[in-house]
Amino acid sequence: MAETMQAGTGGRVLSGRRRWLTLTRREALLFYLFVSPWLVGFLVFTAGPILASLFLSFTEYTIVAPPEWIGLENFGEAFSGDDLFWKSLWNTAYYVGVGVPLRVIFAFLLAALLNQDIRGRLFYRVAYYMPSIIPGVASSVLWLILLNPRLGLINLLIGLLGIPSINWLGSPDWSKPAMILMSLWGVGGSMVIYLAGFQSIPDVYYEAADIDGAGMWRKFWNVTIPLMTPTILFNLIMQIINSFQVFASAFIMTGGGPLNSTLFYMLHLYRNAFDFFKMGYACALAWVLFIIILFFTLLTLKWSEAWVFYSGGR
Amino acid sequence: MASPIAANRGGILRNRGIRATRLLRHSLTHLLLGAGAILVLFPLYWMISTSVKSMTHYYDWPPQWIPNPVTLDSYFSLMSYYPWMLFLRNTLLITAVSTIGTVISCAVVAYGFTYFRAPGRDFLFLLLLSTMMLPGVVTLVPHFILFRILKWINTYYPLTVPSFFGSAFYIFLLRQFFRTLPPELNDAATIDGCSEFSTLWRIVLPLCGPALAAIAIFQFQGHWNEFMGPLIYLNSFKKYTLALGLYSLRGEPQGSLPTELMAGGTLMTLPIILAFSLFQRYFIQGVALTGIKG
Repeated sequence: MAETMQAGTGGRVLSGRRRWLTLTRREALLFYLFVSPWLVGFLVFTAGPILASLFLSFTEYTIVAPPEWIGLENFGEAFSGDDLFWKSLWNTAYYVGVGVPLRVIFAFLLAALLNQDIRGRLFYRVAYYMPSIIPGVASSVLWLILLNPRLGLINLLIGLLGIPSINWLGSPDWSKPAMILMSLWGVGGSMVIYLAGFQSIPDVYYEAADIDGAGMWRKFWNVTIPLMTPTILFNLIMQIINSFQVFASAFIMTGGGPLNSTLFYMLHLYRNAFDFFKMGYACALAWVLFIIILFFTLLTLKWSEAWVFYSGGR
Repeated sequence: MASPIAANRGGILRNRGIRATRLLRHSLTHLLLGAGAILVLFPLYWMISTSVKSMTHYYDWPPQWIPNPVTLDSYFSLMSYYPWMLFLRNTLLITAVSTIGTVISCAVVAYGFTYFRAPGRDFLFLLLLSTMMLPGVVTLVPHFILFRILKWINTYYPLTVPSFFGSAFYIFLLRQFFRTLPPELNDAATIDGCSEFSTLWRIVLPLCGPALAAIAIFQFQGHWNEFMGPLIYLNSFKKYTLALGLYSLRGEPQGSLPTELMAGGTLMTLPIILAFSLFQRYFIQGVALTGIKG
């Protein structure tokens, strides 16, 4: 983060005022004055809670009694005692493993289509972005009705294709695909990020490709895609981080059911913390999730070295 | 705004054959995008149209594509037994306070990081950046315990007070923005006798319209939509937000009607859509600028 700074402070403090208040000191003082809101917030709402969470994850703490040190027992409980831990981990892995690639690809294809010089571009852009601004609770209740096995439009639609009705949220086999289907509806946010990426590709590359006689597909494969890989990586990582923490839609629509088939990790954690008041165990679960997210983020970054192209040459 | 096609339009149009394939490709694109747009917008239409259906027609099969008769019964009955206006007031209060808090605190902190040199500044900025990587889940439980010790459970403080301490992402965003402004402006202001705060207030902030608008919009949307925070911290019905109200409407013991649920969903969604259409430009710019998703 080396940066060149311009000294914005002026020379209003005249020499001879108080000797210890040199210009440099005054500037430092002003700096700490201005960043103090964040600094205090960091200590109170970030650093303190992280340490507390780390400590609590080694304790049994039910709020009513003071925390009791139990060593690694919470982690042992998660890995070998709590069946729902593995169940929720599997559900989340399914949601991430199937949902993230689908959303990343789907949003990319949409943006690629929208990036063409066609009439009504603004309308399409707004239309596809619209679902992602709908409040989560509102879209959850809406999808409850769309996914209704008897009266829902989704079954009507697939019925037109000759597929028999599916009991989406009522069946353990279909509840997770239903959640993923619903999440696909909200890819507008990623799409807009891709669009910004598309538009930041300099024209000169396409002009050079034209001179070399490249057709549309060649340009797409050999110019657009390589130059878009940093944006793809960004979206991929954001999707991974967010999808591991999926909560509201399952909490509202299914409450984790049927047969715990949509009991995602965050739901399990929430229940332990705020329904059973097992705060120590919940902290341990939070750290496990943190490590998992960190691991997959780093893995993706490592993997990206093989396919992400930085035009600046790194 | 240039796309590959725009870039070489001049060369292409000379050739008839290519023009025909272009026409074909454009029609194909329109067909795909149009079908997709209908598919994407239809659920929204369905929410609104279901909310104005009469309950008897809700069960029609095949469904009524266009509600007939159109009735606002669901809205009236929802309002009659549900304190919707109270929830709206609560939500607006939380949203307004925390949006203002975020904008002010982030502007002040970003100003500090941009314009002053001090020992430890670069380290603190790295620290700030690294907090963006931390998933909220780790601090979820300690926050609850902290707010419980402060006796803030079932108040709006847990949902608003943290906003006044800045948010790493927006501080970063504003700092990047500040750095594009010419430093001579600040010098001129200082020479004219502006204090640092009034330089920020009178010179720097007025030049940051788009960035501030993006932050305000995202905060507004975030707090309007927020579910988990109110769920954890608010437990008396009268203090509920719209999100929580709509959620509990779904679980009403006497069984709320699907049309009422859609009426509630519509009421909660319309203000956001309104804000979106008014500030559409900033919304989409902001997403591109920050990479935040709605």
